[in-house]
Amino acid sequence: MEAVWQGLVQALYLLIRLDPGVMEVVFLTLRVCGLATVISIITGVPVGVFLALKEFPGKRLLVSLINTGMGMPPVVVGLWVSFLLWRSGPLGHLGLIYTPTAMVIAQAFIATPLVTGLTMAAIQQLPPRLKTQVIALGASPGQLYWTLLKEARLGILAAVIAGFGGVISEVGAAAMVGGNIMHQTRVLTTATMLEVSRGHFDIAMALSFILLGLAFGVTATLTFLQQKARALPGNEQKLIRSFRS
Amino acid sequence: MLKNGRMVAVLAVFIILLAIVVAGCGGGGTGSQDGGKAAAPAAGQEAAKTPANKDVILATTTSTMDSGLLDVLLPMFEKKTGYNIKPISVGTGQALSMGDRGNVDVLLVHAPADEMKLVEKGTVINRRLVMHNDFIIVGPPADPAGIKGVNKAADALKQIAGRQAIFISRGDDSGTHKMELDLWKAAGIEPEGKWYQEAGAGMGQTLNIASEKGGYTLTDRGTYLSLKNNLKLDIMVEGEKDLLNIYHVMQVNPEKFPGMKINSEGAKAFAEFMIDPETQKVIGEFGKDKYGQPLFFPDAGKDENTLGQ
Repeated sequence: MEAVWQGLVQALYLLIRLDPGVMEVVFLTLRVCGLATVISIITGVPVGVFLALKEFPGKRLLVSLINTGMGMPPVVVGLWVSFLLWRSGPLGHLGLIYTPTAMVIAQAFIATPLVTGLTMAAIQQLPPRLKTQVIALGASPGQLYWTLLKEARLGILAAVIAGFGGVISEVGAAAMVGGNIMHQTRVLTTATMLEVSRGHFDIAMALSFILLGLAFGVTATLTFLQQKARALPGNEQKLIRSFRS
Repeated sequence: MLKNGRMVAVLAVFIILLAIVVAGCGGGGTGSQDGGKAAAPAAGQEAAKTPANKDVILATTTSTMDSGLLDVLLPMFEKKTGYNIKPISVGTGQALSMGDRGNVDVLLVHAPADEMKLVEKGTVINRRLVMHNDFIIVGPPADPAGIKGVNKAADALKQIAGRQAIFISRGDDSGTHKMELDLWKAAGIEPEGKWYQEAGAGMGQTLNIASEKGGYTLTDRGTYLSLKNNLKLDIMVEGEKDLLNIYHVMQVNPEKFPGMKINSEGAKAFAEFMIDPETQKVIGEFGKDKYGQPLFFPDAGKDENTLGQ
């Protein structure tokens, strides 16, 4: 138990002192995970909406694949992206392996199925008559999608939280495609692993507290926004008015 | 319209936050890197010219990274030459096969027999002896197998197997793992059973497991010394010539991988750096202040066969 206590003290000390080494790792973690999450939102939300609304042959297979992807082990993604980006691989000439870009690519592959699947579920959970109703009120397709997105915003924010949580907590892909290089590709999870293997348990514990704090901070912000959005009264009235005006 | 605004605000706030983080860190990150590189040529007077292709990928073993040696040597190298070295610390097995596929530029590994296979294949060239440390067998202070003071590692292993005492193997195809398997072979034993456990982990982690489970394991001295304070493990067997852990540096042969961007200039510079007298001196001093004895012994220019005599 002493290591836990020491770790907590050390975490506070590192944070208060704004330790440059730790800050560098924290910012890289935010940058890589943030970018990966943004990419997963840009690709995952539209695909999720599309899958929720459209029927086409092979849809069930595709949805099953995406649902499988939601549980994709990061280490598998890491291995595949490594094979793509290694010099001996098809994209080797780009020289991306062991760079933050490679980590963003791998993490985007991890987060996108999560965002896609949960967005689809969020849209599908809306009352089926809502779509008919909105069309009857004279909405264009663009307005329809936008309205459905707004109505499903709680679920979509949950999708974003899940995507971000998925990438900030993974270590397999980050270590494999990033290489855990100091000042370049070392993020909180891989730094924690390294400190454990070096036997510096107190520093590892400190890093784990910082990682938890960071994950909590971002998730709490998103949750706060989500719950605030939920508290808005009289949605339907405004919905109708917005089309009439 | 109010609700519409809210939704937009929620998403906008999130995206702006991310954008700030991304942009801010992006700028900061590259800024500090540039700062480091800009300072490099000034510090190293001999190599004033900046290399065209800066990134050199080094595949090395976990022991050089976990012991902290690379944390000392790599900044020296970068300052001196202006290259940006990317150390990937993996088991020797992975390091060698990455070199064999041209995925890295230079190797610093310790599995001489397997290295020679690559040399014969021609995938690596310019192989040079750098340093050695030695392997030791460590175990719980109570020594349930009674191997303390046994002279030959193979005899000690026989005794461990005979008493079914817990033995933790790296199990990761690393140089240390290969050495362990060679020793079992020398002892004439196929290790298997409940007492023989494969960790599939790096040296530091394997030592932790052995310590927690009260088991024996084979380790390089450097990693053991650097972690000793956290371990409930004592040295049981040491000093045998067969237990030497010999490190070579070698560069990947660019001619074997046409079309791949192998940085052979950088690799050559690193190989030469590792056998440079100044570097060798640093290697010989490394760890003395902290552990009272060096973790590695510099060997550049020596004959491999005379080591440990």
